[in-house]
Amino acid sequence: MESIKILDNCTGCKKCLKTCPISAIVIVDKKAQILEHCNLCAACVSSCELEAIKIKRIEGKSTIKINDYQGIWVFAEQREEKIQNVVYELLGEGRRLADKLWVNLSAVLIGNNMESNCARLIAFGADKVYLVENSLLKDYQGNVYTRIMVELINQYKPEIVLMGATSIGRAFAPRVAAKLSTGLTADCTSLDITEERQLAQTRPAFGGNIMATILCNNYRPVMATVRPKVMKKKEEDQNRKGEIIKIFPDVKEEDLKVKILKIVKELESKVNLEEAEIIVSGGRGIREPKNFALLEELAATLGGVVGASRATVDAGWISHYHQVGQTGKTVCPKLYIACGISGAIQHLVGMQTSQCIVAINKDPNAPIFQIADYGIVGDVLEAVPLLTKSLKEML
Amino acid sequence: MDIIVCIKQVPDTTEVKIDRKTNTLIREGIPNVINPFDKNAVEEALRLREKYGGKVIVISMGPPHAQEALRETIAMGADEAILLSDKAFAGADTLATSYTLAMAIKKLGSFDLVICGKQAIDGDTAQVGPELGEMLDISQVAYVCKISIEDGKAIVERVIEDGYELMEVTLPFLMTVTKEINEPRHASLRGVLKAKKKEIPIWGVKELGINEDKVGLNGSATQVIKIFSPPPREGTRMIEGTIEEMIQELVGNLKKRKVI
Ligand SMILES: Cc1cc2nc3c(=O)[nH]c(=O)nc-3n(C[C@H](O)[C@H](O)[C@H](O)COP(=O)(O)OP(=O)(O)OC[C@H]3O[C@@H](n4cnc5c(N)ncnc54)[C@H](O)[C@@H]3O)c2cc1C
Ligand SMILES: Nc1ncnc2c1ncn2[C@@H]1O[C@H](COP(=O)(O)O)[C@@H](O)[C@H]1O
Repeated sequence: MESIKILDNCTGCKKCLKTCPISAIVIVDKKAQILEHCNLCAACVSSCELEAIKIKRIEGKSTIKINDYQGIWVFAEQREEKIQNVVYELLGEGRRLADKLWVNLSAVLIGNNMESNCARLIAFGADKVYLVENSLLKDYQGNVYTRIMVELINQYKPEIVLMGATSIGRAFAPRVAAKLSTGLTADCTSLDITEERQLAQTRPAFGGNIMATILCNNYRPVMATVRPKVMKKKEEDQNRKGEIIKIFPDVKEEDLKVKILKIVKELESKVNLEEAEIIVSGGRGIREPKNFALLEELAATLGGVVGASRATVDAGWISHYHQVGQTGKTVCPKLYIACGISGAIQHLVGMQTSQCIVAINKDPNAPIFQIADYGIVGDVLEAVPLLTKSLKEML
Repeated sequence: MDIIVCIKQVPDTTEVKIDRKTNTLIREGIPNVINPFDKNAVEEALRLREKYGGKVIVISMGPPHAQEALRETIAMGADEAILLSDKAFAGADTLATSYTLAMAIKKLGSFDLVICGKQAIDGDTAQVGPELGEMLDISQVAYVCKISIEDGKAIVERVIEDGYELMEVTLPFLMTVTKEINEPRHASLRGVLKAKKKEIPIWGVKELGINEDKVGLNGSATQVIKIFSPPPREGTRMIEGTIEEMIQELVGNLKKRKVI
């Protein structure tokens, strides 16, 4: 490996060994040595108190003048003319960052008939709203949305662009980033401004078991997506003043390379797990598909929704919309009640950032108890109806 | 119908254990596998080939041992596999990865469809597919759970939060697929034998005719500066007593914490 070097002041203290996700460091003769399969992820660099690990990097040639870029943008995602909740959360976070940087915060709203929403975007923190309207932009259209966003960014040059990590944002953000040849960090859980005025983006990696802080120093704009419910909204302030900049782009039917024929809502459109405050989740421990009704009742009592482990989805007990975990949805509700779920790592990675976790399982050694705040060892079929009853009496 | 599938070799997370005391991953001896969604991508390519004829070419960028993953796809039934491997590719973020994949696909020439998995389970970004589509300058649809093709047009279903979008798109295009799209097949014995003998070419910067400063660490816009363990959760409170007592105590605690 030529790009990574161990300097002579290495004392072989072994601290870096633990940080390497792929075990590519060994100690030979009291000195660290980097093995061939190192993938330069840089995890080890910050672990070395002696700064004895150096990664050499020829800075990529970005022709961009960093200082030309200023201000923070939030993509104001709308579906069916409704601004998504995550947008207000991003405006809250964006406001905090913009105040640190002493710059403006803008929302970019692409759609049709959306003007009445601008005041709310301003009330939640935006200084400006770029309102882009055309009847063909009613629904998210990857091609034209990308073209429009890229043009706007090239014209107005924001330094940071934030989007929600939704089914739209996660498909849209990488397209814009690729066209602009800039960096994009997915699913950030915290954002901050460094002393050098850079955006420090922290996100979970390896299924949430480690966290990585990522910078994008030499490219602009810096782009990041953030999952719903991770950031906090600000109080709505009806007196805030802002500017609305209207843009009417030229869009033709043939520009829409992908035609939307139909948007189908499944009957259970109530199961928006990503946005839910309370989730009651069932695993194989509920024994029979019909017992999901018990969980439904508990969820309804709490104003929550029902989630599920993959085992129950695979068994056909409940539709895949409910699945939480690595191959399902990542959620972070205020309260997650795991009923008869063992807590396999693929399930945990989808829910372990929940604020409060309750586990009900008859096996005291079930791994779910290791991450639960409150554990009840017992039969779910007994515990859940009792819990529902006692909540009903109280609420 | 010529289809290119992009696959990534990832650590098998079913084997990953967490040391709850230090909150670090125990990584010793974890085997590598094909990213689960990429298996769905390969499977869908094979099914489309079985219907419409043509060729399935699988590519992967990774270290030399990613060859095993490619061999596995040949055993499943893919026609060709190419490994993009070079020291210069190390440390690539999604921008540099998708650039490298795009250059390889351009070298391969014409195709009707590019399929990626929805996301890789190690990085979890779901960015490489859409970025690659842009770099190839073709149409794209992310999160496809169903596809049918007729007269050079595909009808696809794209998964969204509360349902799906039914869309029509003209070939060639790129799609990323979810696990609902199919159940990946196992390799046949004949396939395994074929895969053993299969020549898998390795392409590096030279073969791709590209500049070192656009790939790997140098071509990456983002830089990891720090990796740390998330703060451990406060320990679990195991509630004890009869089931009625436990429920009462739980409700009391949840109320105190203001989560209900
Ligand atoms: C590539 C890959 C991706 C995956 N992705 C996901 C994913 O996204 N989401 C996911 O959930 N899983 C996923 N899995 C599967 C995961 O590994 C587990 O198999 C699954 O989560 C187990 O589901 P479970 O807890 O419902 O079932 P089990 O593991 O069978 O657990 C059932 C639990 O119920 C308890 N129990 C039984 N009876 C009772 C009772 N009467 N009262 C109380 N408790 C009882 C048992 O003690 C046990 O702990 C994935 C696996 C792979 C390989
Ligand atoms: N190194 C790679 N080689 C080939 N394909 C890749 C690579 N990395 C990512 N992909 C493809 O891009 C998809 C999304 O990956 P990611 O953006 O890392 O979540 C994967 O499912 C693969 O299809």
